[in-house]
Amino acid sequence: MPAYYLEALTVTLGIILLMAEAFCSCKTKAWVGLSAVVGLVVILLLTFIAIGPDANPDAAWAKWPLWNFYNFDGLARFYKIFALVTTILVLLLAVDYRKILARFTEGPESENGTGEFYALPVFACAGMMWLASARDLAGAFVALELVTVTFYILVAYMRRNVGSLEAGVKYLILGALSTGFLVYGIAWVYGSLGTMNLDQIAHALIPHTLTPIVGDSVHYSPISLPPLLFGIALVMVGLGFKIGAVPMQVWIPDVYQGAPTPVTAFLSVGSKAAGFILTIRFLTPFLESDLTRGPVVTLLLILTCATLLFGNLAAIPQTNFKRLLAYSSIAHAGFLILALAAWKPETDFSQGSAKVVSFYLATYLLMTLGVFFVLAQVRIQRDGESIKDFNGLGKTNPQLALALTVLLAALAGVPLTAGFWGKFMVFSLAVEAQLWVGVGIAFVAAAAGFYYYFSVIRAMWWIAPADDTAIVLPSISKVCIAVLTIAVLVLGFWPQPIWALLR
Amino acid sequence: MLLLLVFLPILAFIAILCGAPARLTAIGASAINLVLGLVAVSSWKSSVWAFSAPVLEKPALHLAFGFTDGMSVIMVLLSVIVTLAAVLSGKAPAGREKLYFGSSLLISGGALGAFAATDLFFFFAFHELALIPTFLMIGILGRGDRREAAWKITIYLGLGSIVVLAGLVWLANLTGTYNMVEMVKAAGTLDPAAQKGIAALLIIGFGTLVSLFPFHSWAAPAYASAPAPVAMLHAGVLKKFGLYGLLRLAIPLVPDGLQFWLTPLLVLLLGNILWVGWVTISQKRLDLMLGNSSVMHMGYIFLAIAALIAFPENPLARSAAIVLMFAHGISIALLFGLADRIERNTGSLDLQDLGGLAKSAPSLAFLFGIAAMASIGLPGLANFSGEILVFLAAFARYNGTSGLGPVQIACILSIWGVVISAVYMLRAYRNIFQGPTVKATESAADLTLADRIPATLLVLALFAVGLYPNLLLNLLK
Repeated sequence: MPAYYLEALTVTLGIILLMAEAFCSCKTKAWVGLSAVVGLVVILLLTFIAIGPDANPDAAWAKWPLWNFYNFDGLARFYKIFALVTTILVLLLAVDYRKILARFTEGPESENGTGEFYALPVFACAGMMWLASARDLAGAFVALELVTVTFYILVAYMRRNVGSLEAGVKYLILGALSTGFLVYGIAWVYGSLGTMNLDQIAHALIPHTLTPIVGDSVHYSPISLPPLLFGIALVMVGLGFKIGAVPMQVWIPDVYQGAPTPVTAFLSVGSKAAGFILTIRFLTPFLESDLTRGPVVTLLLILTCATLLFGNLAAIPQTNFKRLLAYSSIAHAGFLILALAAWKPETDFSQGSAKVVSFYLATYLLMTLGVFFVLAQVRIQRDGESIKDFNGLGKTNPQLALALTVLLAALAGVPLTAGFWGKFMVFSLAVEAQLWVGVGIAFVAAAAGFYYYFSVIRAMWWIAPADDTAIVLPSISKVCIAVLTIAVLVLGFWPQPIWALLR
Repeated sequence: MLLLLVFLPILAFIAILCGAPARLTAIGASAINLVLGLVAVSSWKSSVWAFSAPVLEKPALHLAFGFTDGMSVIMVLLSVIVTLAAVLSGKAPAGREKLYFGSSLLISGGALGAFAATDLFFFFAFHELALIPTFLMIGILGRGDRREAAWKITIYLGLGSIVVLAGLVWLANLTGTYNMVEMVKAAGTLDPAAQKGIAALLIIGFGTLVSLFPFHSWAAPAYASAPAPVAMLHAGVLKKFGLYGLLRLAIPLVPDGLQFWLTPLLVLLLGNILWVGWVTISQKRLDLMLGNSSVMHMGYIFLAIAALIAFPENPLARSAAIVLMFAHGISIALLFGLADRIERNTGSLDLQDLGGLAKSAPSLAFLFGIAAMASIGLPGLANFSGEILVFLAAFARYNGTSGLGPVQIACILSIWGVVISAVYMLRAYRNIFQGPTVKATESAADLTLADRIPATLLVLALFAVGLYPNLLLNLLK
């Protein structure tokens, strides 16, 4: 099955769900979410039999010009699976979150306003899947906008909640601004290199190429570096917004705090991963060329130091758990950019930066979504998202508290949890690349991480609860939290399954 | 076989989580582990103990266990003995048995894993695994100012571990492997500048974990607040991880770097022995006093390590360090276990509030006396074997013509530590057990038969190594 069927199926699924929801007069809307989950699981299974043109070069579809915009390699498959898994978990989270959604849309007794909430993430998912396959900046831009525009709606979805509306406006304005930077940057890159195709960019960057690209009659002039670097910097501003790199992070805390919790989870995992795959694809040619590597690495190193320091140090004084997670997502972005700054192609002894970033994101998905599942239930049943709402969770819900302890320990990077491997690989890369400044700051950052994640663990176990009623987990959340926690522990001992997916 | 030894406590922990009777499961698992540990002592060279399974391709990591040399065997033996004593003597608060015994098992499993691992990654990771339940137990079930103490130990040891990790990753990158046996083969090829950096990271990092002066201030409050099994397991076993790491990796791989830092290290270890010793004398509570004394005794082990750094071909120093690690582990576990007993039977650990306990609890007094004597370093008990070896090691290359070297001067000063130990230990013994009985001790219960088993186990180990140190030294040949 040609790989582009996956995106087509996903978009079709989204449209069918929207229509079905609009024409069905049922009172409850949770079925929309659940059928979206079923549909996405089918698509997820199909990714394993999807093939690119290399696998079947004789087929008619393999000769389509589509493949100039779209590729299907191991990394693309991995990020498609990533997008699908994230969306499935976010939809499950949304189903359990419907009470709050209803309360801030139509009103507490009616679910009428919540139907689209389950269909929109499917469209965002299609955008992320397309991004995973992008091989042309124009195509990538369109896919990225599909994701971002969907998020404009999702973030402001709870229209009777001031926080959600404020978050929506902030996200819209800053998102539009960053899109502007991105397009402008792409234009400069195009102007410098004469192409938006990433493969051709790589070719054009081979030093002193004056020979024409095969099948092309144009002779390229030698590259003038300053405009190209200017373009790269502008694109990085745009991408930095998506991945949450300092100084493009200003929107994150407010938007994360205001958006409905499932959307926050989706933003912090799905949107970030989509930003990273595009960053990897975009930067690979520039990092592999001797012409541009130096300045690009410097740029990334500045970004990573600023992001690590800001994300981790600003997280320390937070009292709102959701806001804390926002800073934590900035902090993790810092580690991921460090892996890119320490760029290394895959060799026999090392996985290379691209795969390390992907691996890190996969573990980040498991830990972060697990935490959001717990947070959503605390939000619903304790009506608050502060760290002090977690006080005494160890007394009232010992198993839930144990699961959250494991997940937070993993986020902090405690060994024998999945979270440690990612940090460990990033540190190894950075030490190997001898980025000592980055390594030093990353150690400070990791230490600060211990502090703020453990402050939640401390609240759960060491402080007496204000409210003695136990939190009752709905069955979907219960299963998801259990599965994610066990996955974090098993992968902590044996991370091979993720590497197998990355092969 | 080692895989079983390491994972048995972890499996027992899972069983307890699933509803198995907590105390019985813990005791059962620890008893089986003790048997396995004793079998290991006699047959550690056999290949049945080794285990290796690939975990990651790039970089090549293995979940690998094995006895590299006698040091691993001795540390594993120490762990299983103290674990059994800890779970036997622990008494969980009502309703918290699962947490209490489960965490103790997890600490034990982590310590065993760290000592048995032959892969650098798991060597580090298992130690961290043991730290988490330590923090949680102190915070949840501790006494007194438990939150402050737990927070302090979390921050100190978390930072210490990160510094250690930096050093270890650096080492692994230079040697190109995570297999600890392979790594040591690269000895002598490392660049001296890098050695200095790695040595500094390892001394500070491992030093924090072992409560080297001035990174020691977490230890006494943490041990004072910790529930008895946690204090026994951490002070007795887990804390030795840092020393084990220095002996296993730093000494063979970065000798030049350590040499560079020798003088600062000597100053710091004297800080442990003399300064902390002085602090210990002024303690008014038994638990704080024991916590400080355990910090103080780390100074002697560091002295042995310093002697090993100064005279690398010194055969005594390494044995001295290991024997003393074992002896200290057993004796401090015994002391913490008995202190917990005193508190449970009299309701107080304040030295001013106690007195004459020997009348109502003679066997408690007898066992505590032995433990105190061991801690001071009386001949016949294990600590004496260790300490005398340390002092001999420090003077191993001494000849009268060249005068005293820095290590010898440090050694002479630290012998005063023995006097300091005697002062505080005997004073504590007198305050608690002798003199007129007071209200708290009048009707205090003595040790029950069940209580005597763990204490006797530890005392036997102390005497065995004290009277016949070759039990351990033969393993180190």
